[in-house]
Amino acid sequence: MSWITARRRHPAAGYVILVLGLLLVGALYASVTGAGTSASASPPVTTAQALVSAGQRIFAQDCATCHGTYAQGTNSAPGLIGVGSAAVDFQVSTGRMPLAFQGNEGVRKPPRLNPKQTGEVAQYIGSLGGGPAIPSGAQVSTSGANVGLGQQLFSANCGACHNFVGAGGALTYGKFAPALTQSTNRQIYEAMQTGPEAMPVFNDTTITPSEKRDIIAFVTETRTQPNPGGFSLGRVGPVTEGLVAFLGLLLFMVLMAMWITGKKKGHSGEES
Amino acid sequence: MTDSNVHGQSPEPEGPAAPHRVIGTPSPAESRSMLAPAPEEEHPPARELPPAPEDEHTNKAAKVVAACFILAMLAGLAFIAVYFIFNDHSVSAVTHGNLALGLTMAAAFLLLGAGATVWVRHVMPKVEIAEERHPLRSSPQARAEFAETFKEGAEASGFVKRPLIRRSLIAATVPVALAPIVLLRDLGPLPYDSLDHTVWKKGLRLIVYGTNRPITPAEFNTPGSMITVAPEGFQSDYDAMAKAAVIIIKMAPGQLQAPTVMNWTVNDIVAYSKICTHVGCPAALYEQTTHHILCPCHQSTFDATRGAKVLFGPATRPLPQLPITTDAQGYLVAQSDFHEAVGPSFWERS
Amino acid sequence: MSVEKGLEGVGSWLDDRFTGAKGVRYLLRKVFPDHWSFLLGEIALYSFIILLLTGTFLTFFFQPSMTDVVYHGSYTHLDGVHMSQAYASTLNISFDVRGGLLMRQIHHWAADLFVAAILAHMLRIFFTGAYRKPREVNWLIGITLFTLALLEGLFGYSLPDDLLSGAGLRITEGVLQSIPVVGTYLAFFLFGGAYPGHVIIPRMYILHVLLIPGLLLALITAHLFIMTFQKHTQMPGKGRTNANVVGAPAYPYFAAKTGAFFFFTFGAVALAGALAQINPIWLYGPYNPVGISAGSQPDFYMGFLEGSLRMMPAWQWVVFGHTFAFNVFIPALLPLGLIMTGAALWPFIEQWVTGDKREHHLNDRPRNAPTRTAIGMTTVAFYGVLWAEGANDVIANHFDIPLYTITWIARFAIFLVPWFTYWLTKRICLGLQRADLHTLEHGVETGIIRQLPNGEFIEVTEPPTDEERAVLLSRPDYPQLPAGGESADGVPAPGMRGAVGRARERAYNVLVESVPLEESHAHGDGHAIEGNGHGNGHGDGHAPAAVPSGAAEDEQHGSQGSTQQGESH
Repeated sequence: MSWITARRRHPAAGYVILVLGLLLVGALYASVTGAGTSASASPPVTTAQALVSAGQRIFAQDCATCHGTYAQGTNSAPGLIGVGSAAVDFQVSTGRMPLAFQGNEGVRKPPRLNPKQTGEVAQYIGSLGGGPAIPSGAQVSTSGANVGLGQQLFSANCGACHNFVGAGGALTYGKFAPALTQSTNRQIYEAMQTGPEAMPVFNDTTITPSEKRDIIAFVTETRTQPNPGGFSLGRVGPVTEGLVAFLGLLLFMVLMAMWITGKKKGHSGEES
Repeated sequence: MTDSNVHGQSPEPEGPAAPHRVIGTPSPAESRSMLAPAPEEEHPPARELPPAPEDEHTNKAAKVVAACFILAMLAGLAFIAVYFIFNDHSVSAVTHGNLALGLTMAAAFLLLGAGATVWVRHVMPKVEIAEERHPLRSSPQARAEFAETFKEGAEASGFVKRPLIRRSLIAATVPVALAPIVLLRDLGPLPYDSLDHTVWKKGLRLIVYGTNRPITPAEFNTPGSMITVAPEGFQSDYDAMAKAAVIIIKMAPGQLQAPTVMNWTVNDIVAYSKICTHVGCPAALYEQTTHHILCPCHQSTFDATRGAKVLFGPATRPLPQLPITTDAQGYLVAQSDFHEAVGPSFWERS
Repeated sequence: MSVEKGLEGVGSWLDDRFTGAKGVRYLLRKVFPDHWSFLLGEIALYSFIILLLTGTFLTFFFQPSMTDVVYHGSYTHLDGVHMSQAYASTLNISFDVRGGLLMRQIHHWAADLFVAAILAHMLRIFFTGAYRKPREVNWLIGITLFTLALLEGLFGYSLPDDLLSGAGLRITEGVLQSIPVVGTYLAFFLFGGAYPGHVIIPRMYILHVLLIPGLLLALITAHLFIMTFQKHTQMPGKGRTNANVVGAPAYPYFAAKTGAFFFFTFGAVALAGALAQINPIWLYGPYNPVGISAGSQPDFYMGFLEGSLRMMPAWQWVVFGHTFAFNVFIPALLPLGLIMTGAALWPFIEQWVTGDKREHHLNDRPRNAPTRTAIGMTTVAFYGVLWAEGANDVIANHFDIPLYTITWIARFAIFLVPWFTYWLTKRICLGLQRADLHTLEHGVETGIIRQLPNGEFIEVTEPPTDEERAVLLSRPDYPQLPAGGESADGVPAPGMRGAVGRARERAYNVLVESVPLEESHAHGDGHAIEGNGHGNGHGDGHAPAAVPSGAAEDEQHGSQGSTQQGESH
């Protein structure tokens, strides 16, 4: 009898099969969904006209069904004339577009288009006129930024939706302001500039580019900062702290109380 | 002497009454004890503890206890060492220091606790003894004597028999008792009508909060924009900002409707008080697509296109609208103060 | 040998001056009963001591001032930022004082544990009936301690003047302001003028480090003294009566156990301070009245107020130029007022309804007082719904539930959930009582399966031990009410007259509802317990037969049915 057959009635046999099955299904699914490449790099530079044409082809293929052949909009999606390349770069590089399904709002997911394609379709939409352009690397660099001012501006205008440090928050009717843990500098800049979905617009004459850099610096430096107090508990605040106090501390103390007062059997002949 | 309450298991009458105490004679020491005196006076069998065993089990347990205590000592020493090792003040040094100091302290205490627990449970002989309770109620004799003493004293003091003294004493203490309350009057000024006004006035510029920059409609021109503004010169004055914080929102043409006062808007830019009318949190969450202003504290929701009227949540009044216009240089300025009190409701608010 | 002589010397010196020998010996021999739930109050006590110790450390470095300063400390993200001295000194403690962050975190975790332990302890006292005579005063002291602890925590976490706690202060001011007639005056007096002013932090500081801790210390001392003087209650068991205390003596047993528990408490909060970040004020930023965060909640013990504020619909009256802001002061005052007043009055209500004026030193097992336990759980459910609503935006964000939906659910749940909890808890208690009866009659299951000669499998049971029997048979014995209906001459007894008397009788019947012990021998080989009309949850106007309390098992004779092995189930 083979090694496996001899152990077919082992108590752990069922669990082993289950785990193997889960691993197999997971591996298949992961291979099928196809993780896109990270959308953090700037789009590569080629001639402007070539970019626009390439972008037009991608648009016709991936976007026109909802946004209209000429980006004029349909019943399912708004027109994109005048939104600017920054808006497209934001939506596509964060994977929000193309939408997985028509719902309350798009969510960040692995992007369908790689950075080159994203750049091309962004240039196409930008060529339709109007709207903010993709910011340059220098525009979004945070070196020398004033984190303190960024914190002040963030808490006045952004924290109400995104939470103190950008851990995300709930909006009305099932919408939510996402956590900013994965946003790149450029994406944060573009989001402020273009006001995606429910987010208000903070154009460059309202929050200047320098102030935007301060805000970006606050967000990016805070999220990478270690938590000196230990586990961050989500940086959500007293809700998780209270849970820890009850489920952790109090429970631990009750268990210790049970240990201390527990009656042992038989040590001195007393019945328990 | 008169410590009959000690012996009584039930409130039965005593035998011949013990002699009354003469006022001024101290009572014997026993009846002065605040707690019920040690019951072993009446119960001769002493509650002895069994001898501490020294068998294999307890000896092994004793070693475990000692091990716990020794480890605790080492943890304590480690705590002291860690304190002097981590000297840098950077965030990452504090991170490591906190972890190390906390873990060593926790280890020391938890090991002490564990050692003591094993000691009690496994080294000390197990014992269960019973202690009698005595009824808490004093015996009738004791109560009667107390009542007697109290009455005698009251009579001697004349408090009962002399209403002149009694009533004048009460009259004297009343103002003295009220004096501390009176002394608290200067805790703060009276509000008068200060809650009805803010620092906004005609011609005062709106500046982007945090930057000291005034703003023009041409700069604030993208529909769907929102920003927090402050009155010029007041952005560091928290007392002023607690009532004067304002958000301006740029709408698309035609979106603003009644009861928004159109005369108070400029180029589809509308200004609302940021202070929520529920309990005063900044209502800072603006959803561009639904035009809802949501206060994150208790979810009061206001419709920015309709005069910030309440759509949901506990707020009862819309956010007051600040009348704005432009000045000669084109910057946004206030036309006047708000036309109603901002912030939470209060009694005097009509 | 020299240690003994040394102790003798010291003891003698003290005794010469304080006559301590007899009294201290009495204290050393004092008996403390043992049950894990009796240690819940100790968690609160030791947390309080830890708070005093760590708090004293913090006072050496904290500056309770709202004066504006510019920060130049080790937390470089906030370098050059304007903030109050209170906030700056808290940053200083966190990043520039060695062990400062640990002390801050231990202090805050201990505060959370303090309140959580008081809640647990209060519930234990309630569910076991330990608030009954002679302990009513101690119960009231306990409620006062709870309220003071809430205030102490509120002021404490507001001291660093950060954005999160500052929002809480703003809400406090808004709530005060809404109180009719005196609201604006109260707000102006507390804050020394318009909000936020410059005096609230120093005022809260003195309340937090001097006034309230002083009151807490005094009341805790009184609480412990009363407990020691009246002797601790005990759970029912073999040899335990209403007239004794059974356990181990204070010296050395209880002293060792309580000492161990103190170390565990300190170790637990130290572990939490090492591993779990709490109140990271540097992330929240300094307070300003313009900033706010999503997911702003107070510390958990104030969460129920937060939930009631969020849940309340918009409701106000404007009458003759004056505003009744019901939407604010009702949620602020009603839940807390209901719970505290109800809790304070409960021992006296129960005493009035049952007419029970005796001393009670034996605890009830919660299942043996189903109505009381159900009422307690109802309060917990009420509190819990408020609490959950206080976190509604965090729940909405993490579980993808729309925000308003949670609030709407809460608005109905606040009424429905307590009702349901009452019903469910009562059924569970009655069911547990039946399970106890079953054990008494049929014995304890041993887990040993035996096959009978005829092929049937049965589980072997053994009769309960004396100790188990004593516990299973313990029941509260309520005195009979005087006849509410007609007595010999048709006149109801005093206290039972009129509508009040009828209400009292009805309340009595509900309160003393239990599965009676006698019904155990009313069934054959089925379990027709419902057959004789008792214990099915409806008061039928008769007081239940008096069941002896205490645990003297010789009072229970062998009419408890067979407990032999081999009985089939």
